[in-house]
Amino acid sequence: MTDLLGTGRKAANERTQLVRAGLRRRHRNEQAFRILGIVAICCALGFVALLFTDVLRKGIPAFHQATLHLDVTYDPTLLNVDPVPERTAGQSDADFNAARLAWQRSVAMLNWNKVVEAALRTVTPAGLEIDSRQLLTIPETNARHVIREAFVANPNLLGRTRSFDLLASANVDNWVKGNIDRELGDAQQQMPAQARALVDGWVADGTITQDFAWGLFTNVDSRAAPASAGLAGAFMGSLYMMLVVIVLAVPIGVASAIYLEEFAPKSRLTDLIEVNINNLAAVPSIVFGLLGAAVFINFFHLPRSAPLVGGLVLTLMTLPTIIIATRAALQGVSPALRQAALGLGASKTQMVFHHVLPVTFPSILTATIIGVAQALGETAPLLLIGMNAFVASVPGSIVDQATALPVQIFLWQGNENRNFFEARTSAAIMVLLGLMILLNAVAIFLRTRLERRA
Amino acid sequence: MTNLENAQMDMLAGKVKMTQQSVNTAMNPSDALDRPIRLTARDVTVHYGAKQALHGISIDIPDRAVTSFIGPSGCGKSTFLRCINRMNDTIEGAKVGGTIKLDGEDVYDPNLDVVELRARIGMVFQKPNPFPKSIYENVAYGPRIHGLARNKADLDEIVISSLRKAGLFEEVKDRLGEAGTGLSGGQQQRLCIARAIAVGPEVILMDEPCSALDPIATAIIEELIDELRENYTIVIVTHSMQQAARVSQKTAFFHLGNLIEEGVTEDIFTNPVNKQTQDYIMGRIG
Ligand SMILES: Nc1ncnc2c1ncn2[C@@H]1O[C@H](COP(=O)(O)OP(=O)(O)OP(=O)(O)O)[C@@H](O)[C@H]1O
Ligand SMILES: [Mg+2]
Repeated sequence: MTDLLGTGRKAANERTQLVRAGLRRRHRNEQAFRILGIVAICCALGFVALLFTDVLRKGIPAFHQATLHLDVTYDPTLLNVDPVPERTAGQSDADFNAARLAWQRSVAMLNWNKVVEAALRTVTPAGLEIDSRQLLTIPETNARHVIREAFVANPNLLGRTRSFDLLASANVDNWVKGNIDRELGDAQQQMPAQARALVDGWVADGTITQDFAWGLFTNVDSRAAPASAGLAGAFMGSLYMMLVVIVLAVPIGVASAIYLEEFAPKSRLTDLIEVNINNLAAVPSIVFGLLGAAVFINFFHLPRSAPLVGGLVLTLMTLPTIIIATRAALQGVSPALRQAALGLGASKTQMVFHHVLPVTFPSILTATIIGVAQALGETAPLLLIGMNAFVASVPGSIVDQATALPVQIFLWQGNENRNFFEARTSAAIMVLLGLMILLNAVAIFLRTRLERRA
Repeated sequence: MTNLENAQMDMLAGKVKMTQQSVNTAMNPSDALDRPIRLTARDVTVHYGAKQALHGISIDIPDRAVTSFIGPSGCGKSTFLRCINRMNDTIEGAKVGGTIKLDGEDVYDPNLDVVELRARIGMVFQKPNPFPKSIYENVAYGPRIHGLARNKADLDEIVISSLRKAGLFEEVKDRLGEAGTGLSGGQQQRLCIARAIAVGPEVILMDEPCSALDPIATAIIEELIDELRENYTIVIVTHSMQQAARVSQKTAFFHLGNLIEEGVTEDIFTNPVNKQTQDYIMGRIG
């Protein structure tokens, strides 16, 4: 063996040989690592693609729904109703309102199913025998409410005919979309044979078409009329919760992070706080739900199932994420910038607010939006504070009963009408994912804009 | 230009040979110590945790002159410099002992506001560190936080004259709104000097202000320091002995946390008393 550090030509050549011998292995390793990376990314992309195609394949049909186009006649012989009360001279407000209410009650008491049935019969082929009970399974059960509401709004309809687009029942929707095996025997079918034949005829003549399901966005959840179940309530619930989270978690989280990172003296206590915050980030979200139930509902007696409580629980859950991300961003600021500010005589607060925060703002914003998006998708803690209750109205404030989008997905996923709700569930997932993508897009947009400006 | 290149060659060769002639190219150094004393340090010690970085430094810094600190890496030059404007306060675990007085006022007096102190003692760092803001904002920031300008016109004037004094105005006058970080290294350092000047400090501390710059930018900054000497008390840390010789009137040599020798620059470089100083100047330590 020659001198390892020799400077002669021979020694140099030998070293080159050694380097070359190792080179092949190094390149091989590099190649292998690159292939591994590509495979990993392909796997990840593959699964994402699988998830998306599955959700899209199942969810897209739910955006169109079997809809009945009917001409409804407000036949006075079926609708035995007094004329709508007019205001008489000298009548007090209270009396007039009482009269109107009485009239509305009398309208509600009428048998509106008869009107629906009559409208259905007008388009039923003459030869087809079908009893009224079977006939009335074709439109969704809310059809009579739709027709009645139109009449209450406009009593002049009495004796006239108006055309309606009414949702068909979930079973009809399944049948029309081919979700049900046509070869199954009568005993296994959900609709009687006559109804099936009638629906097929109506599909052929255009009485039933598949229209865009606006109701999915504008209606609230419904059990009595599953075909009309929509996301409006859950969407507003989620929105109110996000509002609570943004109003509470963002300022508290960012402020705590700034205080801990920039101002707090380094002591045993702050170390302890730091460890605890890191641990809190790893606490299962359902535990926060338990905490919320115990503290906010049982102790503070805040209303159950309300976006306020949901928002508070999600705030607790999001705080550690925001604090940790903000602190990381603050730690990333170069000491040179801090020194520059302090060296000029800026106070600590001025240094933080004039120099450190503007530089870290994009990262803090991104972290915050990701934290909020995470909260938006959270389900488990909400179940424990009663946000899985069935709520058939759109919440008007943060203390009204409400549910949330992910909880709605969970509820629909568990609905016994599998055929119909499988598609609805996927559609709801699409809406939720769409919101998430929107939030993240906003984060990316703001980030690139702010970074360009900085 | 050829002089400069020669100087560069010398530096590259690592051979620092101070000849009588090169010292004389600096301004007449004989008046340095006749000046009134601006800063006095007595028995200054600094501990970083358990480790002692400075062992009792005592030195007087003359008014309106350049004092340079030289010495091998890690000997405590920056540490001492940071004591003067209390930048050590911001370093965790740093403890400063002894006294430093600016015009007879104790810098470490608990009643003294460090914000005010730093307005009086400006600092320029080793690496140019402009704020990620416009050139104008960089210079305007100090006067603004200290409330030195009554209105926009005042502020404009401060910014422009500071840039002028820093010898940068002509180069940037058409792009005051552009980012300070978009300038070249030498320009950035001059911007930092302008930023320090804009607050109207009495003392300017410079920690190796030219170490990240090429010889041409270095020459510009040295010339600038020489001009600033008329109005400011300047303390500069440098690794280049030519630089110390060229710009300073007083030189202090540090070694292992001790002040070994201090005096008129010419004396330190031509006939140092201490053996360690001699060795360092001859290139035998460090
Ligand atoms: N923030 C700090 N924490 C702990 N020790 C430090 C710190 N800063 C400096 N020191 C130590 O103090 C001593 C002096 O450091 P200082 O930076 O003052 O040296 P210097 O003379 O400026 O060196 P250089 O010429 O390389 O810049 C060194 O031993 C260094 O390790
Ligand atoms: Mg240093």
